[in-house]
Amino acid sequence: MSSRRGSASKLTEDEVNDLIFKLQASLPHESNSTSNKKRSASKILERTCIYIKKLQKEVDDLSDVLSKRLASGDINAADAELIATLLQL
Amino acid sequence: MNIQPPNSSSIKSRFAVKFVQAMKRLSKRRGMGDRYKRYRATRAAARVSLAAAVGPERAWSRAVLRRIKKRRGLIGRTTTNPRRNLRGLVPGGKGMDYCSLLSETAHYITCLQAQVQVMQDMLHLSSP
Repeated sequence: MSSRRGSASKLTEDEVNDLIFKLQASLPHESNSTSNKKRSASKILERTCIYIKKLQKEVDDLSDVLSKRLASGDINAADAELIATLLQL
Repeated sequence: MNIQPPNSSSIKSRFAVKFVQAMKRLSKRRGMGDRYKRYRATRAAARVSLAAAVGPERAWSRAVLRRIKKRRGLIGRTTTNPRRNLRGLVPGGKGMDYCSLLSETAHYITCLQAQVQVMQDMLHLSSP
């Protein structure tokens, strides 16, 4: 993990750690008892990388399945209803 | 520095519309008989649609949109080249200062989550 700091803004280590802890909020919560313990910055960064890779892989896998629907024409068939339903999100 | 969390539901709707439109275009395209080609095209459409839904306001989405403009391959960095660090995982990460990288990462994650949810919904809705 790169520890390069921006040369323009001299961030203190506290400021960097603060940002990293905020990142933790984006990660899925762990259900074990250590979730209340304050995690180290490097651990959070590691979990972040793992989580991003997991999400990217999920997108790839979903793309794979959806691409098969392309051939069978299912996408076209339901698309108006599909968009309408999705827009209710 | 802007640490505004993205509006998840608006990203979902914008992504959903763009992605479905992209899929419709793909279904009409010639040469989509090849299974792997279809997969790559779908995957690219997903990535582009998400970046387009976010627009130019974030560095990571700008980086994705720039790659398309330059007609460089979008694929091949994250899945075939497993990266261990954040700069390699977040689009445009290499050019960012550390502070921006962390902010962009949080936004990028929220958008990926939205993307996954929409694509899962599409899967369930389009099943015969």
